Amino acid sequence: MLMKPEQEEQIRRTVDNPKIQLAVYSATARLKEKREEAVASEALPEYQELRTQANRIKKHTLENLDVYLEEFEANVEAHGGKVIYARNGAEVADFILGLARERGVRMLVKSKSMTTEEIHLNQRLEHHHLEAVETDLGEYIIQLAHDRPYHIVAPAVHMTRQDVADVFEKNLADPRTEEPEKQAMIARRNLREKFLAAGIGISGANFLVADSGAVCIVENEGNARLTTTAPPIHIAVAGLEKMIPRARDLAVFLKLLGRSGTGQLLTVYTSFLSGPRRGREADGPGEFYVVLMDNGRTRLLADAEKRQSLYCIRCGACLNACPVYRKIGGHNYPGAYSGPIGAIITPQYEGIAKDPWLPFASSLCGACAEVCPVKIDIPKILLDLRKEVVEDRAVHGGGFVERKAFQMYGWLMRRPKLYAMAGRIAAKMARLPGAASIGPAAKWGSVREVTLPARKSFRDQWREREKSK
Amino acid sequence: MPARVSIFVTCIVDQVFPRVGMAMAEVLERAGYQVEFREDQTCCGQPAFNTGYREDARKVAGHFIRVFRDAEFIVVPSGSCASMITHHFFDLFPKGSSQYEETEYLAPRVIEFSRFLTEVAKVDDVGARFEGIVTYHDSCHALRELRIKEGPRRLLRKVRGLELREMSAAEECCGFGGTFSVKFPEVSGGMGRTKLDSILATGASTVVSIDSSCLMQLQGVFSRAGAPLKTMHLAEVLASR
Repeated sequence: MLMKPEQEEQIRRTVDNPKIQLAVYSATARLKEKREEAVASEALPEYQELRTQANRIKKHTLENLDVYLEEFEANVEAHGGKVIYARNGAEVADFILGLARERGVRMLVKSKSMTTEEIHLNQRLEHHHLEAVETDLGEYIIQLAHDRPYHIVAPAVHMTRQDVADVFEKNLADPRTEEPEKQAMIARRNLREKFLAAGIGISGANFLVADSGAVCIVENEGNARLTTTAPPIHIAVAGLEKMIPRARDLAVFLKLLGRSGTGQLLTVYTSFLSGPRRGREADGPGEFYVVLMDNGRTRLLADAEKRQSLYCIRCGACLNACPVYRKIGGHNYPGAYSGPIGAIITPQYEGIAKDPWLPFASSLCGACAEVCPVKIDIPKILLDLRKEVVEDRAVHGGGFVERKAFQMYGWLMRRPKLYAMAGRIAAKMARLPGAASIGPAAKWGSVREVTLPARKSFRDQWREREKSK
Repeated sequence: MPARVSIFVTCIVDQVFPRVGMAMAEVLERAGYQVEFREDQTCCGQPAFNTGYREDARKVAGHFIRVFRDAEFIVVPSGSCASMITHHFFDLFPKGSSQYEETEYLAPRVIEFSRFLTEVAKVDDVGARFEGIVTYHDSCHALRELRIKEGPRRLLRKVRGLELREMSAAEECCGFGGTFSVKFPEVSGGMGRTKLDSILATGASTVVSIDSSCLMQLQGVFSRAGAPLKTMHLAEVLASR
């Protein structure tokens, strides 16, 4: 069994839930369509060239990551900031908790960050009585609902405006409304107070720019800009792989990121943050920290083929294109990252034995690779991970029947006469009563009609045809 | 122009859809080719490869190479199996191995059926007649690995009596995915039903593809849903008169 029965049941419930299906299908369809328009050859003739460039830059950066990490650190420090290396989520949390304790901070604000979702930072902080408030609208709703993000760029995509009204009514003092504009205003009003009271602002990073020692953040709501500038301390938490060598490389990545994610030419805000407030500057934090987190990433760096999984810029285009994501939604993926990119990075961060079914949850249709702005060959990595799961199970047990079946297949397919005979027998057996209730036939038949093997195979028909000539 | 072609009918056509193989042979013969069927052929190894069983896949792929190594053209009624041979055999054998080199020699001569007609035989009109409204399903591996998109449509447009209508989700996966279809039946079936909605919206009565595995999936979904739709392989349409 690759999957636990309760996981299977959970997936079945999602597929059978018309409300979720409609919400996810239509939202992803919208994002998909906008992306297609934005990267169409009339709109962006150099799109394919940009993808190739982005891929090359990421490849080069990861192959020389040690050099760029040093350069980045030196430049951050030259601007008066500080770089902290964290091996895992616990070390990230420890640093933040330690700093909060020193500075007497009781509450902090956060802008959207998948990296902090990955390490469950909010729970870790709250466990130590440090309140962390999400300020991205989608993340804010999710946090109030005690839910988790459904989609890399659209965390609350599975919730309707009625759902949001319920969540706000339960958690906030404002009168109930189902109008999205009014809901946004309620969030804005409540969040303004938090921005002003927060002692620390925590952000993620879309890019770490080595030659500038800067953190680049893209967003649409302005909350990241407030998070990183209003509180006295800004901490950016980022995976090591977010590095790019030069500020001018952003010319490639920014063109791809907005278009691939939401179909925007650029997001509404693009912030380039380097160091704390200096000299006579009026705005900005007094302290600036970048926490560079590993959490399994250096393990991927060792594998020359699968290393490309780290090229991801988190645009979410592969989710919108993926027919499996669009059916099972975001919450059936373990870990923070859903969709095709989640199916390849979660098993690599956490080890394939934890959720061995993940790489198999794909029809290998290739739609993800087609839309990936940095050209990650996701289907190839899925295939490699499948191979690893099979090899792991051969050593540690599990999958005995399947393994024997494929051994049998490998044996039979090299013996054409036996194969032909087995085919004739199978065609008869498939017509026996009860045949449809066994093994794969039953699984197949649970959702669609079974097509029986032909009574006479092609080879038998062909032989007759040749004889009668 | 080669007078002789070898056909690799694939295991699914051999065992489940022999009529597709017969139709393909007929169309090729009508186009002036002598068709040979090598009886030692079985499978390309894709089921094992896609499920992670590289060793077993390698054995089957090795058998394929032995059977077809001296054939001039190998025509395949499947984008998926053709792509397995021309793309993924290279993932199975280490660079520099004799089988890798044999694949390099073999792969350019393994050609999906519609591509053989439009690009090697250079025919668009095979003289077929088929009355009905048809929509074409792009099978994933043909579309994304072999870049086959226009050829099958061009062939269909030349069929007398046939009206081709595009569905909105032509490029979306049918949900088959090999062992995926039985490992994740609910998801696979759900994907098929999404496809069904898109097909119904066209008003077509027949869905055509160049992969029998997609058609088996779609036919199974249609029948379960009670939808009055038929699936046909391109070869069957082109063999109709």
